Amino acid sequence: MTELVQCLMRGLGDGSVYALLAFGFVIIYKSMGVISFAQPALMLAGAVLVTYLVTTVNFYLAVVLAAAAVALLAMGVERTVLRPMIGKPVFVISIITLGVDIVIRVVVNAYIGLDVRPVGAPWGLSTTHLLGIEVQQRHLIMFLTTMVLVAILFAFFRYSRMGLAMRAVAFDQEVALAQGVSVGLVFMLSWAIAGALATIAGVFVSTGAGVDQQLWIIALKALPVIILGGLDSLGGAVIAGLVIGVVESLVATYGADIAPWLGGEFALVTPYLVMMAVLLVRPYGLFGTREVIRI
Amino acid sequence: MTSSMQTRFGRPELYTSYSQDMALLNTTGKKVFVGVTLVFALAMTFSVDDDVLQLLATGCALAIGAIGLNIVTGYAGQVSLGHAFFVAIGAYTAAVLSGDPDGRVLGFAITEVPIWLLAAGALSALAGALVAPLAVRLRGLYLAIVTLGLVFIGQYVFREWTEMAGPPDIGRPAPVATLFGTRIDVDGPSLTRVQQLYLLMLVLLVIFALLARNLARSRTGRGLAAIRDRDIAAAVIGVNLTRYKVIAFAVSSFYAGVAGALLYVIPQTFTAGNFNLLMSVQFIAMILIGGVATISGSIMGALFITLLPRIAAQLPAVLPFISTSATGGITVVQVEAILYGLLIIGFLLFEPKGLFGIWIRVRNYWKAWPFSY
Repeated sequence: MTELVQCLMRGLGDGSVYALLAFGFVIIYKSMGVISFAQPALMLAGAVLVTYLVTTVNFYLAVVLAAAAVALLAMGVERTVLRPMIGKPVFVISIITLGVDIVIRVVVNAYIGLDVRPVGAPWGLSTTHLLGIEVQQRHLIMFLTTMVLVAILFAFFRYSRMGLAMRAVAFDQEVALAQGVSVGLVFMLSWAIAGALATIAGVFVSTGAGVDQQLWIIALKALPVIILGGLDSLGGAVIAGLVIGVVESLVATYGADIAPWLGGEFALVTPYLVMMAVLLVRPYGLFGTREVIRI
Repeated sequence: MTSSMQTRFGRPELYTSYSQDMALLNTTGKKVFVGVTLVFALAMTFSVDDDVLQLLATGCALAIGAIGLNIVTGYAGQVSLGHAFFVAIGAYTAAVLSGDPDGRVLGFAITEVPIWLLAAGALSALAGALVAPLAVRLRGLYLAIVTLGLVFIGQYVFREWTEMAGPPDIGRPAPVATLFGTRIDVDGPSLTRVQQLYLLMLVLLVIFALLARNLARSRTGRGLAAIRDRDIAAAVIGVNLTRYKVIAFAVSSFYAGVAGALLYVIPQTFTAGNFNLLMSVQFIAMILIGGVATISGSIMGALFITLLPRIAAQLPAVLPFISTSATGGITVVQVEAILYGLLIIGFLLFEPKGLFGIWIRVRNYWKAWPFSY
């Protein structure tokens, strides 16, 4: 029982990282119709920035500053590299973001070096008691922070004027433009939100082991998550993120006992297997909108 | 008779029949250019050092893979980020068939090149045909991510299956190549091993490029293009979507398998880690930089990407702020990676038709010279 709860908590913690990343992916997808492969680089950039800032300022301030900086970076990328591509096939734009990812990552890697850089989170690996069971503080904090952020963002989309504009653009860009919505501003804002979320996700990932050059690979796990939840569903991204996190954690904990022939690191591929299995039944993910096509 | 005389001498680009227009080398310029390129490529065997020749040979093998990706992504419009997975299947099939039966890893000692090459292609094609039904159900970016999943799953399987693929960090020996009873991957009486293998890969590239070009201008090729341009409309005019998507994936994977089988013959060893996301991205970069839905573009792109590290290595001599050492300043490896990303971005922003598009522009300029504007 203790093991199960700890395993679930770890899953929810990791899952909330995936959820944050996936949320960023989906916001960009909804506004521009593009999967941004630059998210891993933005996540890495954010985490590295925190490791540098944390030496001079308080950890929480460092996270806020880094999130703001990465949001600016993301806005710059959108304005300079992606804006000229409006109207081109989405696949081509997605590949451009792949190029952006490579460039940013090389620059950021130069600031990581070969060592592991500590992110300096105050809670570190310390544990706390939840209903009498020992769980890691960081997983609890990751989960709760994610839920709060997601709630804030949902409220923003639901109640604010800008949120309404973003929903309008997601619904139909041309109609939104005709109503006086600045579509360019919406694009920039969605990249900024995605960048800030990626930074926070990056900090969460590196609270345990620190930042190294391989950190970005974790961000790729958000890809099966967005497909599982449905590319254009914000709620789906959060739910699928948590589901993938928990499934992965369960497989990592119990997989070796149940099916040892699958190998020790089978948990690494479970996100993709879950994604494929679900897609065979539901081609647009769990909550994605079915595409209506006319000739 | 008169009309053919006329087309040959009087009006060189006046086509009087459809088959003339669709001919492989439909202009004199193309005939001359292809001929010159082939002679040049053959002359390379004897005129450049083995280390450059090795790069060119790798480029030829990668070009076969790039043509394969262009068939499914360029011609049929089905975005695949899983090309590395099919390359891996080809590489392992060939290596297992030709491997040493008494070695550390699985092997059957069937070392004849045509046999393991076709087997590698066939097994990859089978895998491609099995994946294709996913492409029938999924569209666009959903498909891209799912095929990306294949790469991760494949890598995991090959890493865990150590009897076949060897330990993850050491890998297994590459295919052993014999042609009609003679080993061609060891130095021969008149040619070095790299020269022999370069010739083999060049010949195979020409064969496979020709086959792909013919596929593209056949009924099947037109069906694939129709699916790319508007799949629902294609279905309405009678293109069987399922069938054609299966064909596209199977043929593309066949090419990938062949490329995988050839790719490691020169370096002689490979690991499961070779077939990662980066390889898939490289193939995508090749066809985007070379030219989408063109065969010559795929070849240009593959050679360009293969030679890029070599070009980047020359940069420190020109730009002194790039350091050659592994630490401090901007290193060559970093420059190479950044160039890579910038090239992808730059080509897509400024020349979406890739190197092929540049070539077309240059050609058109000289075609109308001195009245080009």
